[in-house]
Amino acid sequence: MTEKIGVYVCHCGTNIAGTVDVKGVAEWAAEHLKHRGVVIGREYKFMCSSLGQELVENDIKELGLTRVIVAACSPHLHEKTFRTACKNAGLNPYLCEMVSIREQVSWVHTDKVAATEKSKAVISGGVERVLHNEALEPIRVPIHADTLVVGGGIAGIQAALEIADAGYHVCLVEREPSIGGHMAQFDKTFPTLDCAACILTPKMVEIGSHPNITLLTWSEVEKVDGFVGNFTATIRKKASYVNTDSCTGCGICWEKCPKKVVDDVFEAGLGVRKAIYRPFAQAVPKYPVMDVENCTYFKNGKCKACQLFCPTEPNSINFEQKDEILEVQAGNIILATGYDLFDTTRIPQYGYGKLPNVFTSIEFERMCNAAGPTEGKVVLRDMKTTPKSVVVVHCVGSRDENYNKYCSSICCMQSLKFAHLVMERTGAEVYNCYIDIRTPAKDYEEFYKRVLEEGGHFIRGKVAEITDAARLPEEEGKLIVQVEDTLIGKQRRIPVDMVILSAGIEPRQDAKEVGKLFGIACGASGWYTEKHPKLDPVATMTEGIYIAGCVQGPKDIPASVAQGAAAAARVLGKIQQGVIALEPIKASINETQCSGCRICNGLCPFNAISFIEDDKVSSINPALCQGCGTCVAACPAGAISGTGFSDAQIIAQIDGLLLRNLEEARV
Amino acid sequence: MTDNNFEPTIIGFTCNWCSYRAADLAGTARMKYAPNVRLIRMMCSGRLDPTFVLRALSGGADGVMITGCHPGECHYIEQNYKALRRFHLLRRVLAGLGIEPERVKLVWASAAEGAKFAAETTAFVEEIRKLGPLGWGKGEEKDEGGRIKDEDSSFITHPSSFGEEVSA
Repeated sequence: MTEKIGVYVCHCGTNIAGTVDVKGVAEWAAEHLKHRGVVIGREYKFMCSSLGQELVENDIKELGLTRVIVAACSPHLHEKTFRTACKNAGLNPYLCEMVSIREQVSWVHTDKVAATEKSKAVISGGVERVLHNEALEPIRVPIHADTLVVGGGIAGIQAALEIADAGYHVCLVEREPSIGGHMAQFDKTFPTLDCAACILTPKMVEIGSHPNITLLTWSEVEKVDGFVGNFTATIRKKASYVNTDSCTGCGICWEKCPKKVVDDVFEAGLGVRKAIYRPFAQAVPKYPVMDVENCTYFKNGKCKACQLFCPTEPNSINFEQKDEILEVQAGNIILATGYDLFDTTRIPQYGYGKLPNVFTSIEFERMCNAAGPTEGKVVLRDMKTTPKSVVVVHCVGSRDENYNKYCSSICCMQSLKFAHLVMERTGAEVYNCYIDIRTPAKDYEEFYKRVLEEGGHFIRGKVAEITDAARLPEEEGKLIVQVEDTLIGKQRRIPVDMVILSAGIEPRQDAKEVGKLFGIACGASGWYTEKHPKLDPVATMTEGIYIAGCVQGPKDIPASVAQGAAAAARVLGKIQQGVIALEPIKASINETQCSGCRICNGLCPFNAISFIEDDKVSSINPALCQGCGTCVAACPAGAISGTGFSDAQIIAQIDGLLLRNLEEARV
Repeated sequence: MTDNNFEPTIIGFTCNWCSYRAADLAGTARMKYAPNVRLIRMMCSGRLDPTFVLRALSGGADGVMITGCHPGECHYIEQNYKALRRFHLLRRVLAGLGIEPERVKLVWASAAEGAKFAAETTAFVEEIRKLGPLGWGKGEEKDEGGRIKDEDSSFITHPSSFGEEVSA
């Protein structure tokens, strides 16, 4: 055995030493694994301290160690620390392995003898494995300086502006005809009651006119190829049937269009638009799009009123326009595709869709908006009667085992805002039915106080039912909200004119498919999984893909803006580095062993494996390979090897964990 | 078999992104589970070559736990489905060899499911305890290099497992 292995066992204060006989383990390794090349076994209070790292570094220099095993916490915490220490001492960092005796031994076991024995086995496994480690070099790839931002809501807008202002090019892709997202639909924003449009539209205009931003609205990403530093996104720019080179956005086309359509998207079904339309007055870009499904010409072959009246030269309406497929290069991608509102018809006992005066939160937002269908008047479904009493139901679809277990985080403040707006605009009595009031951010609790002082009523209880079946004369013609007031322990029936359901927020319906497109995963609730919930909330497990806003979890506007900026900062950091070092964990095919059976070809989800017809062998493109190792496991000829996790390493580790390496010594 | 003093040895295969992190989380949250499982980290459950499982069983393990991300949540998109396929095939092979297929268990655990990881591990240890020791791979001979000579287990040594055995 020519390898010289150093084994270092960490006490981690008492975190490990409290359960594991650290000294005994280190001595055991030095003695019983001597024949496997272990030349030194040390223990130390805190291996990750600079003194602990120096121990390793000095031994590498003085004893000429060729492999290092550190038995301490999870490699996800300190693998980098010890690999860097090895590198500093002149040893290839990939010849150092960490084994976890804290998260996987001392913290989860109470039996000291068993924990100590397990630690020995785990170290033995590490020693056997590291003997088969190879010296590797990180793969360096240049970073393309352009960034793709997907989703033009407030999070995406913020991210795009930060990067563009720093002097780098951004391509912002939005599915709808205009950027702005949900925020553009709102009237006021809590807790300051700023007008949403007043603070959002300047940013939208900036996006539209920024020299560093290419804005692709009415467009969707269909495919993403490549890897960090070098993504290629295939984007479908849907035909809008409007030539944006000549269109001035004057609005004559939609004025003249004879076809009225209920606007389910922007006006939440309360208002109408035309078949050719711009979703709202401040839309960016200013150009309209054609709704082909409702356009009279596309249906009957007759009409063309928009084209007839278009005043521009040349005419901006082009019925022959086709979808365009664009390819965009980007070094990094930020996903800010937002959320869907909880569909309140899923709770039939709340009567939405059957009882006309039950409204959703977004309907109420549109109703409050001066540019909305009622020009800011709070009225019942008949569009004229002012309500005299209103119930706001909190937690609709949130914190409910039947729908979503999580708290949507925005609904409390949103409901308080609704209560304030109803009182301000109608003077009606307002009842908030809540489970808990959650107002944890800056100035939120103060806003709650304010609504209380303004005379809002608060009933602690989850609404059981909303019905129009009156039992008492005063309930006739009203909506009756049945709720248990848990603070006084009584059932209440509150007859009111109007009910607002403060709907929760949910992951986009297509979040899973979109996640697959970008190679990122959703958690149990459907939100995209961040790299670390506390310490790395905007990065994902896939290098070069970042998330911002509600895609990561429910959050309000300030938090979405903060995440947009945070994602931008991460991307800018990557761009500034110019090159990125990637883990050299890749699969490769030994062509002399490959029989050309092509079993591996269909296994790779990243299309990294191709078949070379001329040589009748398969070949792996290392740039596309993500290193999962599925092909390595599948190759019947054993022709594929995976660096960092080779068959030899894993088999040796199995034997080591089972202490088979000791059998020889025992005899 | 009813050996009251029998402590099973179990090898657990984890993926780098979900189940190893679930094990980490179980630790961080100080959830207690049986100390019989020794884990191996791979990048993905798709890396699991069924011969690894046979190697573990023949080398003295009484059971093998294969863990990975939940279907649909694989870091490599869908490779855990390949692990699932191999798992089912492997159980058939084991049954054919006269080994209880229950000695191999598949567990999906996301990075947030430390509790599930701990509970499944403890449950599996008890299941194996009931099955009793496997005792496979006992008493084989070794060559000078300390490698197993036993012909029975030669089929689980992958041709590429040891670099020196591969003819260039």
